[in-house]
Formats: sequence, structure tokens, C-alpha cells
Amino acid sequence: MKMKRLKGIGVSPGVAIGPAYVLLAGRLKIARRFIRPQDVDDEMARFHRALELTARELKEVKLHIPEGMPQALSIIDAHLLMLRDPVLLRETEKLIRNRLVNTEWALIQIFEHYKRLFASFEDPYLRERIHDLEQLIDRLIMALQGEDSYVAPSEPAIIVARDLSPADTARLQASTTKAFVTELGSRTSHTAIVARSLGFPAVVAVEGILSQVNPGDLLAVDGFSGEVVINPPSEIIEEFLDRRRRYHVRKALLYNKAKRPAVTKDGRRIAIRANLELVDEIPLVLEHGAEGVGLYRTEYLYVTRDTLPTEEELLLAYRQVVEGLRPYPVTIRTLDLGGDKFADHFEGPEEINPALGLRAIRLCLKNLDIFRVQLRAILRASAFGKVRIMFPLISGLGELLEAKQILGQVQEELTREGLPFDENIQLGVMIEVPSAAAIADLLAKEVDFFSIGTNDLIQYALAIDRGNKDVAHLYDPLHPGILRIIKQVVSAGHEAGIEVFMCGEMAGEIYYVPLLIGLGLNELSMNAQTIPEVKALIRELYYRECQVLAQEALGLATPEEIELLLREWLEHLDLELSVRQLWN
Amino acid sequence: MKASKTVVILNELGLHARPAAKLAKLAQSYKARIYLKKAGRTVEAASILDVLSLACAKGAEVEILAEGQEAQEAVEAIASLLQNKDNL
Repeated sequence: MKMKRLKGIGVSPGVAIGPAYVLLAGRLKIARRFIRPQDVDDEMARFHRALELTARELKEVKLHIPEGMPQALSIIDAHLLMLRDPVLLRETEKLIRNRLVNTEWALIQIFEHYKRLFASFEDPYLRERIHDLEQLIDRLIMALQGEDSYVAPSEPAIIVARDLSPADTARLQASTTKAFVTELGSRTSHTAIVARSLGFPAVVAVEGILSQVNPGDLLAVDGFSGEVVINPPSEIIEEFLDRRRRYHVRKALLYNKAKRPAVTKDGRRIAIRANLELVDEIPLVLEHGAEGVGLYRTEYLYVTRDTLPTEEELLLAYRQVVEGLRPYPVTIRTLDLGGDKFADHFEGPEEINPALGLRAIRLCLKNLDIFRVQLRAILRASAFGKVRIMFPLISGLGELLEAKQILGQVQEELTREGLPFDENIQLGVMIEVPSAAAIADLLAKEVDFFSIGTNDLIQYALAIDRGNKDVAHLYDPLHPGILRIIKQVVSAGHEAGIEVFMCGEMAGEIYYVPLLIGLGLNELSMNAQTIPEVKALIRELYYRECQVLAQEALGLATPEEIELLLREWLEHLDLELSVRQLWN
Repeated sequence: MKASKTVVILNELGLHARPAAKLAKLAQSYKARIYLKKAGRTVEAASILDVLSLACAKGAEVEILAEGQEAQEAVEAIASLLQNKDNL
């Protein structure tokens, strides 16, 4: 087997060696397999079993769609109708019978046929309908693979995909995942975020990986340098194993100091907390020295299953996190679904522009039953430790007051029912919509803290879709406009006497840390992996110098100048070297 | 038995997912083979995928063709569905 070396962007450090497990748009890479003429009937039966299984699954999903979501129902109905589509059935059977191929391959041919047809449509809405068929074929293939999979998913493997959606990563098991390698993506894409939070090495933007790797090929992945080697010979494997050993030694050195607080040399204490999504991450979070959780993403229980979670199920999960991190605070963000994070049973109306559509707090205020259940669970969890509530995507005062009113009602309900909760629970809003930043002074009067969610804030403020490769390069956290917004939010918060936190990816980028501290942020929340490094850096800084740095950065006109300033500043401090040494 | 009729789509959104689903369901309920023809392309009306693939916008001219026991009824029912302005 020939060795191939590819290079991408290392977005989550670490070294992994293992077999490739190839996902294509959420499904396994489908190989054409020829069947013997005498096996046609068996293959046909296999196809029909998959059809039945999928129909049953869809009907099951349908039962659990909450009221008031007719659109979700109609999508499931459309899937069910496609499942019985006479042309789909006939053409698939024809391919199996006449070309003697496996069902998966036949389905992909049908899909490609419609994909070509649909791609020519002028109407963007109709063009998008191909995704309905794609999702259905995914389900069918999963049903087929379930009974006869090409790669045992139980074996730990390196996941290779074009890109990973939140639904994809939610399905992957931490115990069988060694690393992620994707063809698309950037430092801030979902793949990178999940990999860092779970501590897997990840390399994104590896051009050509999908066309060069076959399922089961041995891969060596370095999530720091971005190198990916397909079918490495033994000397390369040795080299990667050696890198892994060195990586672990350096990590251990840092971790020994991770539990100490992050205080600058002139005495400013910065709270360093972790972003967390899964209960399983608690040990990881503690081990990396996090002082609690600055962003608990609560979507997981909603996207990984077909039914809505009950209050008790939510409470169980929240309570585990809250108790696990006591006495540190856990900041629970209420449901942030919609946009690129979806769940089948939450499918709202068809949206041309989901990032600007019915998502997060807007979705919750439209589906009050779901919102109330979550608020009840969060409040009840507050009886077991320190909880802070945070509303995502607030864009105006009205929305915040409405959400607060619901929260108040739920608190009264619990009091009436005699269920305990923390009556002084802290409430905050995420500042991620530019309008919220502009009226931060007004919002500050209504809450106990702000948390700047940089991922969305940057996207909205710069009007950049990070997922669009033609404009993604313009997504720049160091845009002077972004720095001014951060500065404004921090000032508004501090003037009103509340603390201002940051919980986006930006908070965990080592080069930005002195700037963020200089801008006055009180708390940074990041992937647990990054915490030891960030804490070590903060202990070397002077707050006064950081303030001067921030002033200087605010006076510059372009992201390039600001980046140069930050790098030179760190070099001057002789720190960049030590940060780099950590990894080399 | 054979029957046919040409109609113009009046629905504001054209033959979108939901109307296409309704049409395919309706076509499946008749004892007849029903086809839609637009701009020289003929597809099976009982196939939601094929109906969608015709990409019928408002104002598109579509010919309904049916063959079989209930051809006449089927053509009439589908014609009235296609000409329904709002509640397609």
C-alpha cells in the first residue's frame, strides 16, 4: 500500500494512529459491491427490510413531534411518501437486478440522478428539496448498514468526513473515536470545537482526503502540525508514536500547575472556566483546572433522540454536572437550537436563512412548553450547587423581559409545588447579536452578567457565514469592529456593576488572551484542553500592560496590524517561545 | 381508457414539497397510470420525486395524461388540485 502525506490545519492537538472510518455527508462511504445472480432475491429482501425499518422509525419519530410544529410533521410525511415512491422503488430494484449491485450503491445512483436534476432548478427552495431525499437515503443506508456494516463501528477509529454536523458528532461515540479528519472546516468549525472539547486530535481542511483514503486504511494524524499520513510505513508510525509520547510529557508538565488560579503578576484574577456539553466531560474539565463551567451547551439531549427529554431526564443530567463541579458555578445556556444546530423534531418552517431565523431564545419563546420544562429542570438543579442561567441570542430588551417573565412564572410554580431551588440564581444574557451589544447598557440593568458569545457575534457583526468557503477568510475575530464591540459591552457591563465574560472560541486562543484581559473581561470560558496553557500565560502577564496593549490595538485600522501587534507583543514578552516549546 | 387535460399551475408557490406530496398521494389512489408532462418531459404523477423534479412554478403549463380504468376521474381530480389557488 502506498503512503500518502496530506496537510491540513491542526485544530485540536494530539497524535492518533488508527484505521479510517469514512463518513460521507453523515453516512458511510459506499462501495460498489457486485452480487451473484442467485443472490438478487436476498438483496431485494434486504432492501425491503431497510424500507420497512425506516418507515417504522419515521412513524415513531412522528408520534413524538410536539404540537404546533406542523412543518416537522410534513417533512416526515414527505419522507414517508418518498419511501413508497414507485419510481424510487422500481429504479432501485432495476439497478440491483440488472447491474447486480448492492442496494446502497443503487440508492446512491438514484440520489445522484435526482441531485443532477434538482441542481438545475432556478428556485432555491426547490433546489434545497434534494436534502429531503438525501436525509431519507441516509436513513435507509443506516438501516442497511445496521444489519451488515462494512466497518465495525465498535472498533476505535479515526473519523474521516467532508465536514461534521452537530447531528453527526452527536451520534459518534467518544469510546470509538480516536480523531477527526475533515476535508472542510476551520479553527472555529463545529468539528474543531467538538474535538477540542472531547480531547481528540483533529485536522480540518485536508484537501483531497476523501478521494485518497479508503475505509480501513491506516492513518497517522497529528492534530498540532496538521499532518495526516495515509498507510504510514513502520518508521513513520514510530515517529508519530514518539511525537505522542513527547506531547503527553509536555501536557503533564502543564497540567501539574493547571489547578492553580490565573492571577496576573499585578494581582488581577481572571476566572477560567470550561465550555461543556456532555456529562462525560466533567473529569476532563476538572483535570484541566477549570473553575466551573462558563458555557454548558444543553442541546445534546434534544438532538440525539427522537423524543423530547422529560424534566426528570434533564434534571438528572444538569444535577450530575452541577454536583460534579461544586463549589464552582455552572453556567447553563438555555436551548440554542436552530441555525446549524437542528433536531428532527424541532424542524421549524423552511428557512432560507436559518442563522437569522427561528432559533435559540426565539424558538423557546415560540414553544413555551419546551422552554418551561427546561427552566424547571435548570432551577431544580440549582438546589444542588451553584447554577447560573444564560439566555442565548437575545437581540432586544423585549425578548429578555419576556424570557424573564417566564422564568419568574416557573419560579412561582416551583415554590407552590414546594420544590427547592436557588432563589438568588444569577441570570445573564449572551451577547452575540450586534443589536444586543449596542444596547448593552439597557440590558445590563436587567441581568447579573453578560457573556460574549464570539462565534455568532463575529458572524453577525461581519455578515460572514463561516461555512461558506468563499467568504470564510473574512471571518476575523481581530477585526477592529469586533474589538470595539467587545470594548463597548465590557464598559457597559462594568458601568452597571456587572461582570462580563467571554465564552466563544476567541476566548481560548492563546494569542488573544492578553488582549482580552486588557479589554477588561472578568472571565474566559474555553475548551478544557486549552485551560492549562491559558492559565500559565496569564500568570506571566501584568494587567496594566495588557490594558496598554488593548488601547494600542483599538487604535489600529486592520486585523493584520492587530495580529502583528499581538504576536510581537508576545514575542517581546518572550512568551511565544515558551508557548511554542510546549508543542515542539 | 385514456384521458388527458392541460392546466396552468395557479398556486403562488408552484408545485412545492407539500403540494407535490398531495398530488402524488392523490395519484396513487386511482386505478390508473397517471403522468405529468411539462416542456417535453413526462413523469409519473404518483412519484413525489418525479413531480418535484418537474420544477413547476406558478404559471407553468402541465399536461395530465392517464391510462386505465379510472383515467377520466383521475385526470379531473388532479386538474382541480393543480388549479387550486391557495390550499394546494
